[in-house]
Amino acid sequence: MYGVSMATGAAGTLDQLGRGDRATVTALDVEGAQRRRLMDLGLVPGTEIRVDMTSPLGDPTAYLVRGSLVVLRRSQARCVHIELGEA
Amino acid sequence: MAGAELPTPRADRPDTQGPGLTGCGSCAFANAANLTKLGVDPGRGDYIAAVAGNPNTGKSTVFNALTGLRQHVGNWPGKTVARAEGSFQYRDYRYTLVDLPGTYSLLSTSGDEDIARDFLLFGRPDVTIVVVDATRLERNLNLVLQILQITDRVVVALNLMDEAGRHGITIDVRHLARELGVPVVPTSARNGTGLPELLESVEQVANGTVVTKGVRVQQRDARLERAVSTLARRLADEFPGLDNTRWVALRLLEGDPSIERAVRDGTLGGLGHGARLAGAAEEAS
Repeated sequence: MYGVSMATGAAGTLDQLGRGDRATVTALDVEGAQRRRLMDLGLVPGTEIRVDMTSPLGDPTAYLVRGSLVVLRRSQARCVHIELGEA
Repeated sequence: MAGAELPTPRADRPDTQGPGLTGCGSCAFANAANLTKLGVDPGRGDYIAAVAGNPNTGKSTVFNALTGLRQHVGNWPGKTVARAEGSFQYRDYRYTLVDLPGTYSLLSTSGDEDIARDFLLFGRPDVTIVVVDATRLERNLNLVLQILQITDRVVVALNLMDEAGRHGITIDVRHLARELGVPVVPTSARNGTGLPELLESVEQVANGTVVTKGVRVQQRDARLERAVSTLARRLADEFPGLDNTRWVALRLLEGDPSIERAVRDGTLGGLGHGARLAGAAEEAS
């Protein structure tokens, strides 16, 4: 799955997106409190997400989710499975 | 002089609440005159009202505007780490207002979020004011829906409407209220807009003039529904008088460690008393 060119509809994880890229969340690959937190912040399957700002090294990165900013570390972003493009 | 015709609030005018004068009785000027900010009032109020909401939506601003207190207002999460209490009188009733820490959810567990969750679940406030950020409505509705699963006595304060207006956001308030099944009042607590209408709704829900029926999230899976009701029944047997057994059952099925602990050491039933009586105990000591 990794290394594919991210064409619309391509699947991957959130950390693979670049600035301005839009995607749709398909699954969360994490359990327990972390999963709960991500869902509370609006990251549930079907949610549209956009890369809004990146720090110099890309970690952390700020994402626009349901009208608000959510900042994730790369290790957290890796848990969020996405499909490129909007639903 | 034209000034004589302005709707000046007059406390001594007995007919302002008469049915023939509803236009005046419900206007902002008349309502502002009916509010008495009592600050920290040692007496117990007739009603307990909780202020809940996501972090940074203006809960403490609403709290201060109603109680006249100066509870610290700041623009960072985790500022209200414990609940603050104050009082006010509106018309014939005294309210104890409880300002809860901001929380995104009743399900995740961090210390200050637990305070908010336990109070809403087991403290049984007579009315809960959920303050939501009108500019980030979608995210805020998550908590509103969660609160509606445990209580119908809710008024939604659609706050930061001034900011939403600046961003060109308009909200169909009536439609939202109809879908949620509870009153929705647009406010900008910072400059006091909408607070008279908020008080009006709070009173109606607290004293039962308006009976609310919050939207319930349907359990679509029959097996899950069966598991929840079976477990809820056993909880009710084990902890007589426990509120929201269905909610607790759902948490147990999800494996929420803090609820599991409370069931195991038998403190679950005591949570409600703890939350509600904490204030009274402080006074007594």
